[in-house]
Amino acid sequence: MPHAFPIFPQQASTVAPAVDNLFYFLTAVSVFFSALIFLLVFYFAVKYRRRSKDEAPPKNQVINNVPLEVTWTVIPMILVAIMYFWGAEIFVRSAQVPPNATEIFVIGKQWMWHVEHTNGKREINALHIPEGVPIKLTMTSQDVIHDFFVPAFRMKKDVLPDRYTTEWFEATKVGKYHFFCNQYCGMGHSLMGGWVYVMTREEYQKWLNSGVSGITMADQGETLYHQYGCITCHGTGKGPSFQGLYGKPVRMTDGQTVVADDAYIRESILDPSARIVNGYPAIMPTFKGQVSEEQVLQLTSYIKSLGSKERNTGTP
Amino acid sequence: MSSTEVAIEPRVHYLNVDYGIKSWLLTTDHKRIAWLYLIAITFFFAIGAVSAALMRLNLVEPQGLVLQPETYNKLFSTHGIMMIFLFLVPSIPAVMGNFLIPIMLGARDVAFPRLNLLSWYVFMVGGSIVTYGLIAGGVDTGWTFYTPLSTMYLNTHVMTTASGLFIAGFSSILTGLNFVVTIHKMRAPGLTWFRLPLFIWAMYATSIIFIIGTPVIAISLALITIERFFHAGIFDPALGGDPVLFQHLFWFYSHPAVYVMILPSMGVVSEVITAFSKKKIFGYHFIAFSSVAIAAIGFLVWGHHMFVSGQSIYAGLVFSALSMAVAIPSAVKVFNWTATLYKGSISYEAPMLYALGFIGLFTIGGLTGLYLATTAIDQHVHATYFVVAHFHYVMVGGAIMGYMAGIHYWWPKISGRLYPDGWSRVAAVIIFVGFNLTFFPQFVLGYLGMPRRYAVYPPEFQTLNVISTAGATILGLGYVIPLIYFAWSARYGELAGPNPWKATGLEWTISSPPSTHNFEETPEVTEEPYGYDRLAEEIQVA
Repeated sequence: MPHAFPIFPQQASTVAPAVDNLFYFLTAVSVFFSALIFLLVFYFAVKYRRRSKDEAPPKNQVINNVPLEVTWTVIPMILVAIMYFWGAEIFVRSAQVPPNATEIFVIGKQWMWHVEHTNGKREINALHIPEGVPIKLTMTSQDVIHDFFVPAFRMKKDVLPDRYTTEWFEATKVGKYHFFCNQYCGMGHSLMGGWVYVMTREEYQKWLNSGVSGITMADQGETLYHQYGCITCHGTGKGPSFQGLYGKPVRMTDGQTVVADDAYIRESILDPSARIVNGYPAIMPTFKGQVSEEQVLQLTSYIKSLGSKERNTGTP
Repeated sequence: MSSTEVAIEPRVHYLNVDYGIKSWLLTTDHKRIAWLYLIAITFFFAIGAVSAALMRLNLVEPQGLVLQPETYNKLFSTHGIMMIFLFLVPSIPAVMGNFLIPIMLGARDVAFPRLNLLSWYVFMVGGSIVTYGLIAGGVDTGWTFYTPLSTMYLNTHVMTTASGLFIAGFSSILTGLNFVVTIHKMRAPGLTWFRLPLFIWAMYATSIIFIIGTPVIAISLALITIERFFHAGIFDPALGGDPVLFQHLFWFYSHPAVYVMILPSMGVVSEVITAFSKKKIFGYHFIAFSSVAIAAIGFLVWGHHMFVSGQSIYAGLVFSALSMAVAIPSAVKVFNWTATLYKGSISYEAPMLYALGFIGLFTIGGLTGLYLATTAIDQHVHATYFVVAHFHYVMVGGAIMGYMAGIHYWWPKISGRLYPDGWSRVAAVIIFVGFNLTFFPQFVLGYLGMPRRYAVYPPEFQTLNVISTAGATILGLGYVIPLIYFAWSARYGELAGPNPWKATGLEWTISSPPSTHNFEETPEVTEEPYGYDRLAEEIQVA
């Protein structure tokens, strides 16, 4: 494949053909109008060329034609409206993560990508995924803004410090595809990329389970739960319990209700005083600077793993 | 040439009225100030061009031919900063706007001549600080200064550069103010708004953007400096800031700034197309109001730079719609220019070649903008070479082609002399060919997925990069030729006479070069611009 001379990218996700079809439509419109303008300019320039140096300027010049102005205002309006709605439909669809998506965590830092699967398997500058399964990447950065771009999937999203962004795709073709950092992030920016390996589901399972200790992200989170002493409050009723917390609405002291998602849990660990759960004192210290982004994700996985059990007494 | 145009030498005009460096550096003559800007921005253009040449050279090899990534990053930052802030933004307004606005209005000078000189000094102080930062080691933020990279992570001359640009920005604000007041208050008797040349309309719209937009970029750059220096948490989340906030502030200026760069060129093209087809402009009001519409809507589209930044999808959808809307007035202009050619009497001197080139390249630049305004496609091509190709079609194919058209069109007025006709046409063709060869392959590269700002890249992108570099070589050659013949012409060129193109417009009614006070007596305007049809009748009568 190296030194080949491709002019069109590989199509390897469910959204790619939709984006490409829209791209063809825009290209057809662009080629039509470029050709129209080029040909008209060329035709006029030749046909109405000045025949002699002292040729008199043309008489009875047409300088206004309102129907014509309306026509060439309305036709482009209709065309851009088509582009807009067509694009918006794909855009909205590609922003809605399917509920059955497999979650993988991505942390960007100058200048490498750190990937962690829920079973605890980790990789650097590589992403192994199964074919035909929606994949949701939950991404954050340890320093500056990065961007996770997979051209073959026609998909990218910025990766921001201090917040989670998500990107999802469903690969349709087994193979090896580039991913790039697509937001300039300093010296090693152009080296901050790797390969997405799309595998059959069986091979993926085999890969996923090979060379792992059997300690999942949730297990690692549970270890941290003890190690950082979270248990002393959250396991004793002094603080809100984590049982069944994930994905449920939580009432705050100010009367607001917040859904306990990844972003909320992250904020509660790093900036506990930002929102206080109703009925509990604001006594939790911040863990900012003590736990890494990876550890936050592991703690979140642990809390998530407690999801389906009994409901938290702290929530309404 | 008619017998009245025989040049009487030595005649006193603005160039020979006074000699010596002081007479230039302390001048309040808008025409001399235009020269000061011309020389300064040509210098900044040269720095930007050399950076681009080195980048393109390096990209011949996937692993980089000569440069380390760190140096490459500094070069693309330098290229962007110089070309945008210190060349394109001031280019047509500060050179041709300064020279022509008072003359086209029938005035002796701009409303505030001393403020005009001050603007140049402010520009030079800013530009010098930026250049110092470059010599001292450079900056590698990109021209976009995205945070928190620029504020907390880079140890290059970010503060120096940001301060320089902050200062240079005031030059834009003051120039904008000066132009707006001049256009409102200094029009000759009878010169109503709809008798103004379209160049004036374009400069008016540009000036409004200068005044409204530039303070916002000044604020953003100041905030960067405050965060770097005082560690106040504005953009860096580690300090409690919001990294995406900067992008909103930055693009609130920097997208309208695109229109600052293209609107003046559109004004130039309206003048040139009419003069070289001897036709009244088609759809005067539509072109005039589309300039204003572009300036107005241009302030509401900044979020299309941020579809993948994590901003809400609803924001994305709104900004997408508004960005589509700005395409309409641009399309209207292109159609009107094309219609102006219909049944004209068309000749192809260099200004016209550039203007026709502008129409074609701006059409491609504008249409490819629609890909980026379309959310789903932008998700793929955002920040790839597709974007690089698109904005070079607008900025180089559009703005610089317009600048070249204008310089070639008004050079006889500015210098009083003609340049070699053959060479100027050859250069225009070389630039057109070189430009397309450089930037068209980048559309393909971008859709393939090559990200911008990459010092090294996967080998399958090499062929297209080599083609692009080959094109850049031709383009570079194309830019050198005019430099040589303009320098030659300023001294040895044939005397132009007041109106070598037989064009209409107040600037062509006075001598070339004009006298210091432009007009012997204040002209009175009795008709709409581009009165080539009346000219036809007069000739008939004669």
